[in-house]
Amino acid sequence: MSKGQSGLGKSTLINTLFKSQVSRKSASWNREEKIPKTVEIKAIGHVIEEGGVKMKLTVIDTPGFGDQINNENCWEPIEKYINEQYEKFLKEEVNIARKKRIPDTRVHCCLYFISPTGHSLRPLDLEFMKHLSKVVNIVPIIAKADTMTLEEKMEFKQRVRKELEVNGIEFYPQKEFDEDLEDKTENDKIRQESMPFAVVGSDKEYQVNGKRVLGRKTPWGIIEVENLTHCEFALLRDFVIRTHLQDLKEVTHNIHYETYRARRLNDNGGLPPGEGVLPPAPASPCPATIAE
Amino acid sequence: MSTSLRYKSKLVNPVEEKQDHDKQYVGFATLPNQVHRKSVKKGFDFTLMVAGESGLGKSTLVNSLFLTDLYKDRKLLNAEERINQTVEILKHTVDIEEKGVKLKLTIVDTPGFGDAVNNTQCWKPITDYVDQQFEQYFRDESGLNRKNIQDNRVHCCLYFISPFGHGLRPVDVEFMKALHEKVNIVPLIAKADCLVPGEIRKLKERIREEIDKFGIKVYQFPDCDSDEDEEFKQQDRELKESAPFAVIGSNTVVEAKGQRVRGRLYPWGIVEVENQAHCDFVKLRNMLIRTHMHDLKDVTCDVHYENYRAHCIQQMTSKLTQDNRIESPIPILPVPTPDTETEKLIKMKDEELRRMQEMLQKMKQQMQDQ
Repeated sequence: MSKGQSGLGKSTLINTLFKSQVSRKSASWNREEKIPKTVEIKAIGHVIEEGGVKMKLTVIDTPGFGDQINNENCWEPIEKYINEQYEKFLKEEVNIARKKRIPDTRVHCCLYFISPTGHSLRPLDLEFMKHLSKVVNIVPIIAKADTMTLEEKMEFKQRVRKELEVNGIEFYPQKEFDEDLEDKTENDKIRQESMPFAVVGSDKEYQVNGKRVLGRKTPWGIIEVENLTHCEFALLRDFVIRTHLQDLKEVTHNIHYETYRARRLNDNGGLPPGEGVLPPAPASPCPATIAE
Repeated sequence: MSTSLRYKSKLVNPVEEKQDHDKQYVGFATLPNQVHRKSVKKGFDFTLMVAGESGLGKSTLVNSLFLTDLYKDRKLLNAEERINQTVEILKHTVDIEEKGVKLKLTIVDTPGFGDAVNNTQCWKPITDYVDQQFEQYFRDESGLNRKNIQDNRVHCCLYFISPFGHGLRPVDVEFMKALHEKVNIVPLIAKADCLVPGEIRKLKERIREEIDKFGIKVYQFPDCDSDEDEEFKQQDRELKESAPFAVIGSNTVVEAKGQRVRGRLYPWGIVEVENQAHCDFVKLRNMLIRTHMHDLKDVTCDVHYENYRAHCIQQMTSKLTQDNRIESPIPILPVPTPDTETEKLIKMKDEELRRMQEMLQKMKQQMQDQ
């Protein structure tokens, strides 16, 4: 799921993430973006293949988030959507005659696009992440990072990390879910140094040093998307796809989903749920109970 | 880059003076010189407002425009502190001088604008401020002692549009509509170095369309006279076609092609602020300072202020006729009335202060001349 105000390059980045080295079977993207009046949720599914491995990728976009004058509670439709997916899964699970492989429409990862102001997080960013880090894995990204010089990037990242820490926002990979020491050291490094990833997206190719690379051509130089000295797109891609993809799914299933399930069952007095979806949880630290 | 000082071409050549002695030469052709001398002695003032979300580079741009550092001791708030912040109005005044011409520059900053989660009516403190300055001027103008009225009216408002959007956001539209009839609005595309030329073109078109669509009256550059030379007319055309200007600001000097220029150093290249191929900063600076500063002040006085004044007087006269009182020729504002004694004292003290200030200035000048 990709989230953030319009114009932060979400569509372009998703294109870049999955087009850069993967077959181009994805559907074409609608570039005509007008600001909708309420937050919409648009889910588009693709099947991509690499090396004989097929993956069904669903990208959920949220146009309209944070664009209005009054953005209070604009995260509610999103929280509702995420909970609805959990509900669907739960219903299938408690079915008497349930399918062998339950269709999984749950959101495994939410990429949150932070606007590169260079100062700090916006109040809206804080509010959103506070509410949603309880229900879904949030990976914060600094969008359009080509607007900051190296020093500005470092400073901004530090400030963002500090603000997230001060406000108790646990973004993925969450500290409390590190399973062993190996995981912990690896994730610590990512958490404290690389995240949030400062990315630049592009779907256009240019010739640089005899190679064709994805990039952006400006009057003062070409920004190469996959060049680590220019931006951290390659790090993000490796993180989300190559190393932590499975872990994202596991954390979603074992922790976020189980939390939802436990709350649901508790509310129903231990009985399997009937109709209805659980209302959005209050923004208090959620109990780490796993009913079994 | 020719600074078009049209005025210069009309200054009288002293040689011509002697030649014209034969004809019917009265001599008032020297009036422009006299005006020039008086204005330079008096000094100029200009009030510029900057508005837009935080983090769009407003302070950096103002520093770049006037080559000063107005924001040395600024403290940036973090996101949590900003959740409940309201829009403030901050004024910085600085006296700068260039080639003997003094400018008293006032920058009105609007921190907190558009930052909150709920930004309803976040432009209200700003419209209130602009109205207050008009009201203050109106009172001063209608007062008894009009010798040294201080003009705090806002002459121009630079509105920063985020380059990260697809055009104008609802808050941008509402702000400009609330202010377009009170102040000259010059929209700018901030942080233009994150856009490639094609994107800038599209964004400018989109913004121009939306400005038309919503009926926003931004500051229009006056048409140049038909007797101006081609070069000037060409410049004027280019200026009009580049609006809204896509600007970049920088407080740092970097080394580019052997020269030290104001710019931003990236791993993939150096952005030069004053390079016309990189951004419209030079156009903005020329427009704002070198060619249109006086026009901005004129439009403020002749159009926006007069609108306000007419509106005000209409309201007052309608109130008066409601109360069935006699209409007086000079509109008298309901002033919180101190008694006449203290008023006289205040006026005397005011005059004394001004006389002392003038003397101080003269003494400073004398010391400098020595």
